[in-house]
Amino acid sequence: MSGTIFTRNRSVSIFITVLTLLAIAVTALSEGYGTGALSVSFTKVLGMTLCLCLAALAMDLVWGYCGILSLGHFAFFGLGGYMIGMWLMTARTEQVVRANLSEAVIPPTEGEITAATASQIFSVVGATDWPWMWAASDSLILSLVLVVAVPGLLALVFGWLAFRSRVTGVYLSILTQAMTLALSLYLFQNDTGLRGNNGLSGLQNIPGLETVGQDRISIWFFWGSALALGLAYIGAAWMVSGKFGNIIRGIRDDEQRVRFLGYRVEIYKLFVFTFTGCLCGIAGALYYPQAGIINPDEIAPIASIYLAVWVAIGGRGRLYGAVIGAAAVSLLSTYFTGGRAPNLDLGLFTIDWVDWWPVLLGLGFVLVTLFAPKGLGGLVDLIIRKDRA
Amino acid sequence: MSTLLEVQGISVSFDGFRAINNLSFAIGAREMRAVIGPNGAGKTTFMDIVTGKTRPDAGTVRWGELGVSLLSMSEAEIAQAGIGRKFQRPTVFEDQSVWDNLRLSLKKPRGPIAALFDRVSDADRARIAEIAAEIGLSDALDRMAGILSHGQKQWLEIGMLLVQDPRLLLVDEPAAGMTSDERAHTTALLKRLAEHHAVVVVEHDMDFVRRLGCRVTVLHEGSVLAEGSLDHVMADQRVIDVYLGR
Ligand SMILES: Nc1ncnc2c1ncn2[C@@H]1O[C@H](COP(=O)(O)OP(=O)(O)OP(=O)(O)O)[C@@H](O)[C@H]1O
Ligand SMILES: [Mg+2]
Repeated sequence: MSGTIFTRNRSVSIFITVLTLLAIAVTALSEGYGTGALSVSFTKVLGMTLCLCLAALAMDLVWGYCGILSLGHFAFFGLGGYMIGMWLMTARTEQVVRANLSEAVIPPTEGEITAATASQIFSVVGATDWPWMWAASDSLILSLVLVVAVPGLLALVFGWLAFRSRVTGVYLSILTQAMTLALSLYLFQNDTGLRGNNGLSGLQNIPGLETVGQDRISIWFFWGSALALGLAYIGAAWMVSGKFGNIIRGIRDDEQRVRFLGYRVEIYKLFVFTFTGCLCGIAGALYYPQAGIINPDEIAPIASIYLAVWVAIGGRGRLYGAVIGAAAVSLLSTYFTGGRAPNLDLGLFTIDWVDWWPVLLGLGFVLVTLFAPKGLGGLVDLIIRKDRA
Repeated sequence: MSTLLEVQGISVSFDGFRAINNLSFAIGAREMRAVIGPNGAGKTTFMDIVTGKTRPDAGTVRWGELGVSLLSMSEAEIAQAGIGRKFQRPTVFEDQSVWDNLRLSLKKPRGPIAALFDRVSDADRARIAEIAAEIGLSDALDRMAGILSHGQKQWLEIGMLLVQDPRLLLVDEPAAGMTSDERAHTTALLKRLAEHHAVVVVEHDMDFVRRLGCRVTVLHEGSVLAEGSLDHVMADQRVIDVYLGR
């Protein structure tokens, strides 16, 4: 029970090694810094996958360890994306506006530039003024703070109301679904200030880095995502390896017993729920600049359900399980729904993977539940045990 | 002898059914008390009320020398005030080792930040070893709680109460499902505990209660039917009626 987290939990050293090797390999094969075998778009897919793994890690903490089946954590992910997206869009649009107006005979005032930027951003929803929620969008620092603070605050308020009233189990799951649904419906409205179903776009253009090509930026974001995932993994492993981990697993298995040992279960749940909400916010803020666009569809309730499915397939209650599940399923999903998978001709009819992928995923989910209840991560145990035997 | 817990005139109804009916009960600081009564007499519900799980419709529950009311406190606060509870069905964290079960029960700050930064001190280690010896699980510390025998789980749960250093232990059917050997161990354990704690034991088995050799409170239909030594209450005609059927 002593030593650092690296010696206490072997999966940490293995995970960090694998992640580092992956980062080196991707860099060596990238267009920006290596041989160019990996296209920019595929590099982005890999970077985005790491962000999804980070969200799955958070999901595993809150569900796999603490037993709270939240079906709303993707809302926090999306909010993180929106928070950084506002800054990206504002800064980028302002540059374009400045460039356009620089030709003008009379130099424009700062006020005119801000107004022109606003009308450029909001004309798609028929508005010309800055909505209140864009107040921080001209400051990178503030926007970065909001990436953590806004999802965190939503999780805190929601969690406080739910846990205080001792809402648990399926009722809590339904409540979290309602939360994401409400949020996505709210964002879909044109007049709520986040450009309705247009969402925020052009997020891949990083202000100040115009001279750097996407070939390099994609690698930088890949590194950033890998760093965030690695740090979060170490942090999460540290959290669950000590007494805190014993307590939240106790809450998962027998909430009542923990309460009668003198622990305020609600506070622990709130802590984990909020912390993982913040983690998802960070993951989203790294994801959407790579995706280039965010719209309310991203926050649709189904996205949060997928997050739970990844963790279930990967194996909940083990951190690497969540990462394996998210990586495997989201990469396969990109493959099958991206039109790259060859259609399967069965004679009578053709299996078009774009349509059939959800069926395959559902089938995989059922098979894993039936034959590998501990998920893909559980298979790792089997291998390790064979090794020892 | 000073009173540690004083329950006065509590009543509670579930959907119109009176599970506890104007019940009063008191126990001193170093006293052992057996609570007996037929199924459905309200024994577990009584513990639910004392530990804050169920709120009574009427009555008072006072605790300690200052007589603070427990009724406005949460389960966690009541536990921290020094009341430990063993459930009727043994509840330990089956997925965790015996050592972990004891560690997370240790009397230490209960907040999440404190738990995150908690380190096992030498004192903690000694305390866990001491309690493990007390409950006869010294050799099982590394074992998962889930694979312990039924009796060992009951002891572990008692051990989890002990490391909290409570002043009052509420023990619901500690000997249920135990072999006679295990029962003898449990009797000895409870008697040792009563030297330093107040202990309330709910039990059905008369032989077991006899071996505890303490005062007995008989509950029936949510109220106290009789109280005194076992021989005294067993001589009471109403107790005989209740136990032997009318
Ligand atoms: N939450 C509840 N809702 C409805 N009825 C309840 C509830 N808790 C207890 N009861 C009822 O109250 C009565 C007393 O139950 P209690 O569990 O306290 O009995 P007991 O003396 O512990 O019995 P046993 O010896 O079987 O454990 C029973 O009739 C039970 O059905
Ligand atoms: Mg009972």
